[in-house]
Amino acid sequence: MNKTVKSIREAIELSGLKSGMTVSFHHHLRNGDYVLNMVMDEISALGIRDINVNASSLFDVHMPLIEHIKSGTVTEIATDYISSGLGKHFSKGIMEKPIEFRTHGGRPTDIALGRTPIDVAFIAAPTADTMGNCSGKYGKSACGSLGYAFADAMYAKKVVVITDNLVSYPMQDWSISENFVDYVVSVDSIGDPKGIVSGTTKITRDPVGLVMASHAAKVIEASGLLKDGFSFQTGAGGASLAVAKFLKDIMLREKIEGSFGLGGITGYMVDMLQAGCFRNLLDVQCFDLSAVESLRNDPRHMEISSLQYASVLGRSAAVDSLDVVILGATEIDTDFNVNVHTDSNGYIMGGSGGHSDTAAGAKLSMIIAPMFRARLPIVTDRVNCISTPGKDIDVLVTQGGIAVNPRREELRKKLSEAGLPIIDIHDLKEKTEKITGTPTKLVKGDKVVANIIGREGDLLDRIYNVTD
Amino acid sequence: MEILKCASAGTLESSDAYVEIEPASGEVSVSLESVVEKQFGDKIKAAINDVLCEYNVKSASVRVIDRGALECVIRARVETAILRAKGK
Repeated sequence: MNKTVKSIREAIELSGLKSGMTVSFHHHLRNGDYVLNMVMDEISALGIRDINVNASSLFDVHMPLIEHIKSGTVTEIATDYISSGLGKHFSKGIMEKPIEFRTHGGRPTDIALGRTPIDVAFIAAPTADTMGNCSGKYGKSACGSLGYAFADAMYAKKVVVITDNLVSYPMQDWSISENFVDYVVSVDSIGDPKGIVSGTTKITRDPVGLVMASHAAKVIEASGLLKDGFSFQTGAGGASLAVAKFLKDIMLREKIEGSFGLGGITGYMVDMLQAGCFRNLLDVQCFDLSAVESLRNDPRHMEISSLQYASVLGRSAAVDSLDVVILGATEIDTDFNVNVHTDSNGYIMGGSGGHSDTAAGAKLSMIIAPMFRARLPIVTDRVNCISTPGKDIDVLVTQGGIAVNPRREELRKKLSEAGLPIIDIHDLKEKTEKITGTPTKLVKGDKVVANIIGREGDLLDRIYNVTD
Repeated sequence: MEILKCASAGTLESSDAYVEIEPASGEVSVSLESVVEKQFGDKIKAAINDVLCEYNVKSASVRVIDRGALECVIRARVETAILRAKGK
């Protein structure tokens, strides 16, 4: 049996891909990914049209997709995240059918249930053997975890592995195994390492960010969750990392041994693992080289699929065991609904990713954000787009005070007893607007450009086009 | 106050504003470019005109590029540009 084929074009032809079908991609190569563009260019050249692209995330490196949409090669898109450059095009309404946004947990759920069946999955693999066993840990384009690609490999009708480091069978320490793989293609390069992993993000030095981070760490301490067995997820932003730094100091001082760190993993979480703050890391995506190296070398640092990370389909998911998650927001409203999909002018510039999944699963879900950014208040009467419903958000930490969701009265009491500056979210809004002024409400367009689908398959909200 | 020469104040950093002022014949003209035009455009224009009035500027061409500055910052930048443009 020989699964290796000469070119991407040959793999597409052998897969039986036809007009109207669905192809899928994962985003671990992030803004360095070459694979999606290479595949879509071939599909277009073959004259195949009306394709549905299901990608775990889309970045600005995927800008050629806009041409494929204009030419009719691509007519539907399902994804969990779209970066701002691409988002601007979609917000102007270039597609007839609205984009379907899901969460990192919702996407594999719907793939597994056949709600969004995939005809051909293309898996960018930094190392693969000739029968398709593959991994992201090794090779010149190493990206670490392949967490988001597992569902695609397991449930697509045909699976094509594309690699720039083809090794003889069997490779050691694979992530996705040969039994799912139909074809293997070797190419010169699957991505630009500079765009795949970022350098180490620095902890913020901005005094506002440090005040927020210090408050956030105190909230976690006062919540009663910070004890042996503590589990934690945080983002890669400067202020989120600062919270991790403050937490690390508390954990080392108090000799607290946590159970696991979860999520997209940064070098800072690796430092916490090595310092003994956690027994394990569960990793669905690596953000930097330090995380890639740790996943490759440290058995305590484990790769998980997005199904295990965040899907409601299984008997349990890692997010269900999570104590605390720290999340961002472009806006949060007085009902604690959070927007991470659109910017202040209504343009698409992000997506849920694991936001809603971790917020729903964690015992304490915390938004950390400044009172305002570039004059725009963070708290509004109603967010432009609900990415994560307010029922799943417990607390908002700003430099101007800490607002607790009224659903969490016992938490508010604990934080208040600890002497933390609690403020009602309506008062926080008023306090902010005294500084910034009250913004005029945006006028939405009349065309739906995206539907936001919650982690359990419910329609959460819609995004409308932006008019000038 | 008479605007006798070109002057500028502020920066293009986020949360700041950059103001340019130059002599003109006839009325005061103000052009504004702002990242928060939709949310605060009218308020920003009113603040700029307010400061121009305060200094009794009758003719000038004013250009403001706003990166989401608070109103107090916009007022301060406009004021500084006027004072720098009065000559001497």
